Amino acid sequence: MEKKIPVAIIGPGNIGLDLMYKILKRSKYMELKLMVGNDTSKHLPVAAAAGVPTTDRGIEGLLEHDDIKIVFDATLASAHMVHAPLLKAAGKIAVDLTPAAIGPYVCPPVNLEGYKNEPNLNLITCGGQATIPIVYALSEVTKVNYAEIVACIARDSAGPGTRDSIDEFTITTARALRVVGRAEKSKAIILLNPSKPPIMMSNTIYCLVEDPDPVKINDAVNRMVERVRQYVPGYSLKLPPTIDGNQVTTMVEIEGAGDYLPKYSGNLDIETSAALAVGEGIAEHLLKQGGNH
Amino acid sequence: MKRINILDSTLRDGSHAMSHKYTTEQMAMLAEQIDSTGVDFIEFGHGNGVGGSSIQYGFGAATDEEYMKAVRPKVKNAKLAIITLPGIGTRYDLKMAKENGITVARFATQMSECDIARQHIGMAKEMGLIPWAVLPLAKFLSVEETLRYAQISEKFGAEVIYLLDGGGSALPEEVYERIFTLQKHIDVPLGFHAHNNMQLAVANTLAAIDAGATYVDTCIKGFGAGAGNCPVEPLLLALDRKGYRTNVDMYKAMDVGDEYLKPLMPRPMELTSDQIMLGYGVYSSFILFARRAAAKFGVDTRDIIKEIGLRGCTEGQEQICIQVAYELAQKKKAAQNP
Repeated sequence: MEKKIPVAIIGPGNIGLDLMYKILKRSKYMELKLMVGNDTSKHLPVAAAAGVPTTDRGIEGLLEHDDIKIVFDATLASAHMVHAPLLKAAGKIAVDLTPAAIGPYVCPPVNLEGYKNEPNLNLITCGGQATIPIVYALSEVTKVNYAEIVACIARDSAGPGTRDSIDEFTITTARALRVVGRAEKSKAIILLNPSKPPIMMSNTIYCLVEDPDPVKINDAVNRMVERVRQYVPGYSLKLPPTIDGNQVTTMVEIEGAGDYLPKYSGNLDIETSAALAVGEGIAEHLLKQGGNH
Repeated sequence: MKRINILDSTLRDGSHAMSHKYTTEQMAMLAEQIDSTGVDFIEFGHGNGVGGSSIQYGFGAATDEEYMKAVRPKVKNAKLAIITLPGIGTRYDLKMAKENGITVARFATQMSECDIARQHIGMAKEMGLIPWAVLPLAKFLSVEETLRYAQISEKFGAEVIYLLDGGGSALPEEVYERIFTLQKHIDVPLGFHAHNNMQLAVANTLAAIDAGATYVDTCIKGFGAGAGNCPVEPLLLALDRKGYRTNVDMYKAMDVGDEYLKPLMPRPMELTSDQIMLGYGVYSSFILFARRAAAKFGVDTRDIIKEIGLRGCTEGQEQICIQVAYELAQKKKAAQNP
């Protein structure tokens, strides 16, 4: 069997457990060695039942494992602020699923290549992961003067983390549309939708661009959608790029893989799928480096 | 005699009817006139609130800050209010509002999602703004659920709790039973914000007041989204007859409407067929978006609005107009070319 990189997840909540199943089912380069919780983690036994070793002694329990190279932090921004320096000191690469954003924003099809040697990578927000690829695709064929995204999320898939820090979602997503998506200016809107049955996560991406060329734009967007689908199979175009003057409107929908969370939770799925893609990229990179030494 | 507080929203909900194109000069001039009528609060700015200027909702003719700087020096008596939606307006917007003399920050969420306002209510309090919660009625939420969500908002620290009938689809008895139940269990004052799509704005506002609301939103000539809001003039007359007290001068309000607002109105607040369709429970601000999407995709505005109502979409989801129009057009095409 090919060698794999040992990894751990901190936070056995919805996100952490969904990511756990993704690593167990799909990872080629990572071996999940530890699920890290604390004495308040209700769902830590879910990990144990899946055959993953667990600790309920938080970051201290994790730091006893020298072999673990990559750590996914699916806790809270405040907790990651504490974890980040400890992980760095221990030589572990942190993949941050919280809004703490200590490291650079990473969106796998856009900029993962450049960040494989970073000690800490931040996964922005679900809205960012869903929309930045489209904005970036447009920026490859035209200048994006303004990008505005509207992320519509089923109420049942917005947990307390999102609800208590909705302002971080808005601010971080908007910033990442500029930093990663290469839009000159940006705005992000998040809406929770209480419809029953729950809606799939749907994202509207409005861009104001220069001299839109419908053929080039369609090509660029279609190519990008294919790239995202490689790691988020449920990602699809709901409204193909529609040009009106200098405005391009695109809608994407995300059906989750249903690994642990319901399928309508595309917002959570794209976040854990991005984490898996980032982890795989780094693990493969580490294995190659190891081979060269 | 019970005293009713009036919040004038001609310069905020009315911004929808202006497609958010009030100039700062118009807004400043009207703010001064509206202040002279004696209203207690003046809410102003982009129709979708602070942070609302966008492609999704339409760009404002001026920025939030430009409106604030224009309006503030003109208003001597009324307290200034803004509204925003958590998920749209941010802490930076609240800070700017505080620095520009705003007293009240209203936070609108979907009723069942009122807990997303916890962070904003907390931030507003910390900055010295007075936070109110604005909860849109949802036809599928019972009286008991409405109470439960209002209690959550109260717990977060909202100092006034409003029910808002964004689609103008509520009937007077539905308003009455909700406010009546709330006032038995909620300690902070209650408010009501009506829309007139079924011509029930005045009736619903009166029902809210009879049930115990002491804050109501009005607009001069009802100038607001959809078929407009509760017009202040007939409401004042009715309140006078019923023996409620306000600080607003009815003649002045009428005169401000005739002399200053009417010349600026792009169209009167008339009852159009597509606006009536909002009675299916669709947010009034969707109307202009539905019309544009209908024109772009060659479908009937009424079909778009009805479909949106059936999907239970509520506040803020204007983009759904494009999606539904596109889907209706695809369906139409498929029917023509089987």
